[in-house]
Amino acid sequence: MITVLLCPGFALAAGGGGAAPIVLVADTRKLTGVMAWWANLYNESHFQFMILTVILIPLTGVIFGVIADIIMSGIGIDLKSRDLAEH
Amino acid sequence: MDWLYVLMPIAGVKIFWPGLIILGVGVGIIGGFFGMGGAWMVTPGLNILGFPMAFAIGTDIAHMAGKSLISTMRHGKFGNVDYKLGLIMLVGTVVGFEAGAQMVMWLERIGSVEKVVRWIYIALLAFIAWMVFHDVAKRKAKERAALARGEKLTGLETGVEWHKALHKIKIPPMVHLKEAGIYCSAWLPIFVSFFTGWLAGILGIGGGLIRMPALIYMIGCPTHVAVGTDLFEVAISGLYGAATYTWKGRTELVAAMIMLVGAAMGAQVGAVATKYIKGYGIRIAFGLAVIGCAVSILLKLVQPWLPAYKDVLNTASTVLVLGLVSCMSIYIFVRMVQGVKMELAAKNRRV
Repeated sequence: MITVLLCPGFALAAGGGGAAPIVLVADTRKLTGVMAWWANLYNESHFQFMILTVILIPLTGVIFGVIADIIMSGIGIDLKSRDLAEH
Repeated sequence: MDWLYVLMPIAGVKIFWPGLIILGVGVGIIGGFFGMGGAWMVTPGLNILGFPMAFAIGTDIAHMAGKSLISTMRHGKFGNVDYKLGLIMLVGTVVGFEAGAQMVMWLERIGSVEKVVRWIYIALLAFIAWMVFHDVAKRKAKERAALARGEKLTGLETGVEWHKALHKIKIPPMVHLKEAGIYCSAWLPIFVSFFTGWLAGILGIGGGLIRMPALIYMIGCPTHVAVGTDLFEVAISGLYGAATYTWKGRTELVAAMIMLVGAAMGAQVGAVATKYIKGYGIRIAFGLAVIGCAVSILLKLVQPWLPAYKDVLNTASTVLVLGLVSCMSIYIFVRMVQGVKMELAAKNRRV
């Protein structure tokens, strides 16, 4: 009985207390179309998913940033220069 | 109202997508204006929207990379980015960050480190806030003294001038940083970036909150160049962070993309607002943001001593951060609109 109660302690002392790496899996059952493809890609290859992320993030940022540029230029804001010499 | 919610394919939760866009706009404006990623603002926001914490950091870093890239481009067009300084500092930041992260792991092995780190964070933020407001008070005193002499202070005069003492250290190689208007030893930005990177590594943050004032007070950058150059660093480190977190499967890219729609536009607004708000206006607003950040962390730190008020303190911390994001982004937006109106009126008068 005592041995059973002390088992977790022995396991921890032997280095068995470290957390096992958690594997996350996307649940694709409720998904369709692009979202399903997206989640499947995540499940199949984190590497490909990472490559796509590194491409899509800057691309999306630039696209919407350029849209904001066009709107601000349309309003008449000077987006090319600033007349400020200040610390 | 089901259409207002989108199912996150990886995290498997339904999220109110207009909330993500609004949060993105708010942190985008503040990030583009102050030159920081703003993880301390995004995490409680994502939490409120029902986001699992396992994905919050990765998602935050992914959107941060995109918005910082677009604000760097905008600041670059205004001449606010010193790319040479940014690249020199990148080396020190990476090495310093790794040294800080290794130190945390060593501290973890010898005992509890979390509380110590948080108290260091509070002390650091208090020091930064003191530095900013001490600088503002000193500059005002100089203004009064100049006025008494019947003179007017130029825009290039500053309150705190620690950088002038540091520029006297002439250890070769010397570098000329054109946009920042600085001639100094290359070791100065390397040492400063190593130090700020080391602190960021210990605290587990991106580092914009520390690097921006360090660029101003230790290297001597004008405020606008400090903002632009810091964003350049955040963009590069953010992209690396996005890659490494996604590789570990901790990024909800759909949420990051939705946030980015608002953040990319907000970042442009924030970057353009630096045209209309003067250097010391940015410093004062930054000081207030630092105080808000420090108070929100303090509310979390005192919880072990006040267990009965844990929920109240958690709510107060979240309300404070989100209130600060809303107030600051609205203030920056309003000041930008006022500046645009004046610019257009001046343009019409010339025509």
